[in-house]
Amino acid sequence: MNDVTSIALIPLLPLAGFLLLGLLGRSVSGRVAGVLATLLMAGASALALVVAWHYFFRDQAAGNAYLPQVIWQASWLPFSGGLGINVGILADPISVMMLVVVTFVSLMVHVFSLGYMHGEERLPAYYAFLGLFTFSMLGLVLSPNLLQTYIFWELVGLSSYLLIGFYFQRPAAVAAAKKAFIVTRFADLGFLVGILILAFCGNSLDIGTLLDRLTNTQAPQYAAATTASFAGITALTWGLTLVFVGGAGKSAMFPLHIWLPDAMEGPTPVSALIHAATMVVAGVYLVARLFPLYSINNASLLVVTAVGSFSALLAALIACTQTDIKRILAYSTMSQIGYMLFSLGVARYGGEQAAGFTASLFHLFTHAFFKSLLFLCAGAIIHRVHSNEVKDMGGLRRRMPVTHLCFLVACLAISGIPPFAGFFSKEQILHAAYADHKLVYATGLITSGLTAFYMFRLYFLIFWNQPSRQEDGHREGTLSMLVPLGILAACSLLAGLIPFGRFVSADGRPASGSSDWTFALAPVLLAAAAILVAERMYRRPSPWPQRLAERLGGLYRAARRKFYMDELYLFITKRIIFPWIGRPAAWIDRNVVDGLMNGIAAATQRISYWIRAMQSGRVQQYALFFFGGVLALAWVLIYVWQN
Amino acid sequence: MIPLSHILAVSTALFFIGVYGLLTRRNLITLLMSVELILNSVNINFVAFNKYLFPERLDGLFFTLFIIAIAAAEAAVAIAIVINLYRSHGSIDVEDSRDLKY
Amino acid sequence: MNLNWLLLFPLLTALGILASGGPRPARRVACLGALLQLALACLLAGLYLQQRHGGDTSPFLFETNLSWYGPLHIRYHLGLDGISLSMILLTALVTLSGVLVSWSQQELSREFFLLLTMLSLGAYGFFLSLDLFTQFFFLELAVIPKFMLIGIWGSGRKEYSAMKLALMLLGGSALIFVGLAGLYVASGQAGQPGLDLATLQGLGLPAATQRLLFPFLFVGFGIFTALFPFHTWVPDGHASAPTAASMFLAGISMKLGGYGCLRVAAFLLPEAARYYSPVILVLATIAILYGALATLMQTDLKYMNAYSSVSHCGFVLLGIGMLTRTAITGAMLQMVSHGLMTALFFAAIGMIYDRTHTRQVAALGGLLSVMPFISTVFVIAGLCSLGLPGLSGFAAEVTVFMGSWERAGNFYHGVTVLACASIVVTAVYILRATGTALLGPLREESYGRLADARWNERLASALLVAGILLVGLAPFWLVRLLDPATDLIMQKLAALPPVN
Repeated sequence: MNDVTSIALIPLLPLAGFLLLGLLGRSVSGRVAGVLATLLMAGASALALVVAWHYFFRDQAAGNAYLPQVIWQASWLPFSGGLGINVGILADPISVMMLVVVTFVSLMVHVFSLGYMHGEERLPAYYAFLGLFTFSMLGLVLSPNLLQTYIFWELVGLSSYLLIGFYFQRPAAVAAAKKAFIVTRFADLGFLVGILILAFCGNSLDIGTLLDRLTNTQAPQYAAATTASFAGITALTWGLTLVFVGGAGKSAMFPLHIWLPDAMEGPTPVSALIHAATMVVAGVYLVARLFPLYSINNASLLVVTAVGSFSALLAALIACTQTDIKRILAYSTMSQIGYMLFSLGVARYGGEQAAGFTASLFHLFTHAFFKSLLFLCAGAIIHRVHSNEVKDMGGLRRRMPVTHLCFLVACLAISGIPPFAGFFSKEQILHAAYADHKLVYATGLITSGLTAFYMFRLYFLIFWNQPSRQEDGHREGTLSMLVPLGILAACSLLAGLIPFGRFVSADGRPASGSSDWTFALAPVLLAAAAILVAERMYRRPSPWPQRLAERLGGLYRAARRKFYMDELYLFITKRIIFPWIGRPAAWIDRNVVDGLMNGIAAATQRISYWIRAMQSGRVQQYALFFFGGVLALAWVLIYVWQN
Repeated sequence: MIPLSHILAVSTALFFIGVYGLLTRRNLITLLMSVELILNSVNINFVAFNKYLFPERLDGLFFTLFIIAIAAAEAAVAIAIVINLYRSHGSIDVEDSRDLKY
Repeated sequence: MNLNWLLLFPLLTALGILASGGPRPARRVACLGALLQLALACLLAGLYLQQRHGGDTSPFLFETNLSWYGPLHIRYHLGLDGISLSMILLTALVTLSGVLVSWSQQELSREFFLLLTMLSLGAYGFFLSLDLFTQFFFLELAVIPKFMLIGIWGSGRKEYSAMKLALMLLGGSALIFVGLAGLYVASGQAGQPGLDLATLQGLGLPAATQRLLFPFLFVGFGIFTALFPFHTWVPDGHASAPTAASMFLAGISMKLGGYGCLRVAAFLLPEAARYYSPVILVLATIAILYGALATLMQTDLKYMNAYSSVSHCGFVLLGIGMLTRTAITGAMLQMVSHGLMTALFFAAIGMIYDRTHTRQVAALGGLLSVMPFISTVFVIAGLCSLGLPGLSGFAAEVTVFMGSWERAGNFYHGVTVLACASIVVTAVYILRATGTALLGPLREESYGRLADARWNERLASALLVAGILLVGLAPFWLVRLLDPATDLIMQKLAALPPVN
C-alpha cells in the first residue's frame, strides 16, 4: 500500500462508517454499530500513525526541511481563469500531525462511547455522525485548496450540529445545536468573503500557489494585494482578517464564543472529540496553514493576538465562576485556544522568531490529549452521578479512583506543572510571548494562574469536598470507558517530551525549543500558588468562596453571567434583527410590494366598473351610441381624414 | 321624371322617422316597425340609385329583394323574441327588458 | 435523435390519460409516461455527450427546422444545447417525482395528471424551441394548467392565488410579446425577418434597439423567475398549489423565466445586458436578501419555502447580471439545483401536511421521531437550501460568488458580499423551522400515530435526493455540459465594443 492510498484511506474509513451506518439505519443494533465504527476508526488511526512515521522518519525530504507536498489532486469544480476547486491531499507537518491527533482522539472517543452510550437509542445514527465528523475534520486538515477547506469546514459544522442535537427531543439540545451552527455560519460568511478576496488577489485557490504568489515581493499579485483597497486597508489585510473571523467562529473566540458553552448539551464524548481536541482548533489550524501570509501582514497578526489573548483571559475569568462541569471545561477550552492563537500572533516567519508557531501547534497537540481526557473523565463522572452540576458531586475520589487519578493528571497537565505535557507547550508559548510583547506575556501569565485555579477548584469540588448523598451503587464505568482514560492520561503525561519543534515549524526546518529553564519558574510557581489557594478554598467546605464572591461583587456577578454576552446577542437578534429588519421586510412584502400588485389589479377593476356601466341593457341607448358612432365616423372619414 | 333628389328626400325622411321611432318608442313592436322603416328607406335608395345612375344593371334591385327577404326573416325572429319576452317578463316595453347587461 | 419525440411523449401520455378508464389507469399511464420521459431525457443526454465527444461544435444539436407559418416567418425550430439539456433532465426528474408524490390523488385524478403532463409538455417545448414565437407558444401552454391546478386542487385562498399567478404570469407574457414584436420588426429592418434564435443572434442588432427591447424581455421573463418587485405571485401561488403543482411551479416553472432571461435577454441582446447590468444586480440582490429576511418571519412552511425560492432565484439573476463566465455557469447550476431542492422541499412539506393537516411551523414539533424518513428528506432539502457542501446548493452558490467577485469594482464586490450574507439568514430560517417542526418533543399526542412515507413518496424523494447529490458531489459534469453554451455567450460578450 503506497502512501497516497493509505493517506486517502484515513478519511475514507470513517466516511465508509458513516455511509454504512447511515444506510443500514435501525436495522443494526447499537452494539454492532459501535463495534463496526470503532474498528474502522482503529484502522484509520493505525494508518495515520504509519503515515506519520513514514512522513517524519522515512521520507524525509532533502535537507532537513519538511516541505508541503500535494500528493493527489483532481478537478472538482472548475471556474474560469486559473481558479477552480481542486480537491486533493496535502501532506505537510501540520496536516500529518493533525491526522494523528484527530484519528487518535476520535478512536478514544469511539471506544469510550461503547460504554458511555450503552443502551441509548439511535446509536447507529450516533456512530454515523461521529464518522461523518471525523471524515470532515480529516478532509479539512488534508485540504490543499482554500475552498476545499471551506467545504469541509461547513461539513464539520454540520456534523457538529447533528451531534450537539443528538438528544433531539430535548429543546435545550436543539437550541444549542442551532446556535452553534448559526454563530459559526455567521463567522463562515467572513471566511467565504476572505477566501474570495485572497483567491482573486493571488488568482489561485490553491494554498501553496497562493502563499508563493502573495509572499513574493516581486510578484505582481503581491503589489496588488498590498495596495490599499477598501476603506484604506489593503486587500491582504481584509482577506486575512476575514478568514480569521471564520477561524475565530469555529474556535469560539470572543465575541463569537457564545455557542461553545451551550454546545455542551451534546453527549459528553462528543464534546471530548469536537469541542476539545478537533473542531475548535480548526481556527488555529487555519491561521497556521496560512501562516506565511499572516506573518507578512502585521495588522491581521495583531488582530489574531488581541483576540487570542483577550479570549484566553476572559474565558479563564468566566470559568472560575461556573458550576456546570462541562461548561467549566468549555470555557477552559476557549481559554487554551486563545493561548494557541496569541502564540501564533506573536510569531514571525522563520528562525528564532517562529518559536510561537511551533509552540502554538505544540500546545494544540498536548491540549488535545489532556482536554479530551478531562471531558471523558467528566463523562465518566456524569455517567455516575447523572448531573452536570458540581454541587451534586464531591468526595468521588474513593468511589472512582481511576477517574480520579486520570483527572488529576489532566489537571496538572493543563495547569502547566512539570513534567506533564502542558508544561512544555505552555512554557514555549509564554517564552515566545515574552520575546514579542510584555502585555501579551502578562495576560498569558495571569491566564495560566487562573487556569490552575479553576481546574483545581473543579478537581477539589468533584473529588474532595463534601460527599454528595449519592448511595454507593456501581462504581467505576465499564472497561471500555476506563481504557481510553488510561491511554489519554499516559499521553498527557508523556506527550510533552516529544521534541515537537524538530517536526513542526513555520518553515519546515527543525526549530529548537527553548531550554531556558529559569524562565519556567514564574508560571510554574504561579500555578502552584493557585493550586494551593484552590486547595484551601475547596478541599473542604469553607466559607471562603462565598466571601470572596461577595467581596468581588459586580465582577463576580458579571463573570458568573458570562459577561452578559448571551443577553447581548439575544438582544440583537430578538430585539433588533427580527422585529426591526425581518418583520418590516415581511410587512413591506405583504403590503407595499404585493399591495402595488393588488393595487394595479384594483385599479383595473375600478376602470372596468366604470366602463361596464355603459353596458346598461337598454337597447335604445345602444342604438343611440351606434348612430352617434356612425355619425362620428362619417364625419371623420369625410372631413378629417381626407388625405 | 321626378328628380332623384325628391326621392332621396323621401327616403331620408323615412330613415330619420325610423331612427326617431327606434330611439324614442317603448313598445317593442313599434321598435320593430321603426326598423322596417329604416330598411325600407335603404331599399328606396337602392332602387333609386339603380334607376338613375346605372339603368343598365340590376344590382340595386337584387339588393332590395335581398333586404326584403332578410327583413322578413328578421321580423319572424324578432316577433318570436318579443313573444318570449312577453311570456317571461309580462311586458313588451323595451325599458322592462334590461336584463342583458353587466 | 429526433427531438420531436420529447414533445410527442408527453402528448401521447396526455392522450393516454384521456383515454384511460378511471383514476387508477390514469395514474399508471401518467407514471409510465413520466418514466419514459426520464428515460428519453437520459438517452438524449448520452447522445448529446457522444456527439460532443465526437467533436461536433455546432451550437445546437439535433435540430428540426420546419416552417410553421410562412407569412410571419414563424418556424418550428427545435435544437438542443447544454443549457436546455440540463433543464430537460431537471424537468423529467421533477415530473416523475411529482407524479409519484400525487399517487394517492383522489379527487378528479385523471384531470389532475392530464394537467401535470400538459405542464411538462409546455416546459419541454419551451426549453427545446429555438424559434422565439414557438417558445412563447409553449410558455403560454405552461401557464394555463397552473391556473387550473391551483384553482381546482389548491388549498387556502386558492381562487385568489390562481388568479394572481395567472394574471401576473400573463402580464409577463404580454411584456415578452411586446419584446418579441419589437424583435420581429428589428429583424425585418436588418433584412432577415423572423424570430429564429439562430438567425437573430447573428444579426447584431443596433445598441439603441437592444436597449429598447431588453427591459420588455428581461422583465417579462423575470416575472416568471420572481424578479423583485414582481415576485408576489410566488408565495401565494406556491402556498395554495397542491404538492405536485408546487413542485412543478418552483422546480420548473420558475426556471422558464431564468432560462428565458439568459437565452433571450442576455444572449440575444448582450449590449443591453451589459448596459442594464447594474440595475439587474441591484434588483437581484434585493430579491436575495429581502426574500431571505421575509422568509424569517413566515409561519407557514410553504410560504417559507416560497420566499426562500425568491431568494434563491435571485442568485440566478445575480449570476446572469454579472455577465462573467463563471457567474453565468453558476446561474445555470443554481437553476438546476434550486429546481431539485425546492421540489424536494415541497414534496417533504406536502408529505407532512398530508399527515398532520397543518403547515404552521408552530403547530408541528418532534416529527423526527415519528417519521424519520420524511424528516430526513426535509433536512436534506433544508441543508441544500442553506448551501451545505456536498449538496447541489453549495456548488451553485459558490460558483455564483466566484463569478461575481470576478467583476472588479467596489459596487460589484459590495453586491457579492450582500448576496453572501444571505447564507447566514438562510441558515437561521432553515434551522429554526427544522428545530421547531422536526426536533424537540412531540407537539401533539396524535402525531405519535402518524405513519412514515409510503413507497411512492420514498421513491419520489429518493429520485430528487439522487439528483441533488449528483450535482452536489460531482458538479464538474454539469459544468462540462454547460461549457459550450457558456462559451458562446462569452464570445458574444467579448465581441462587444468596449464601454466608453
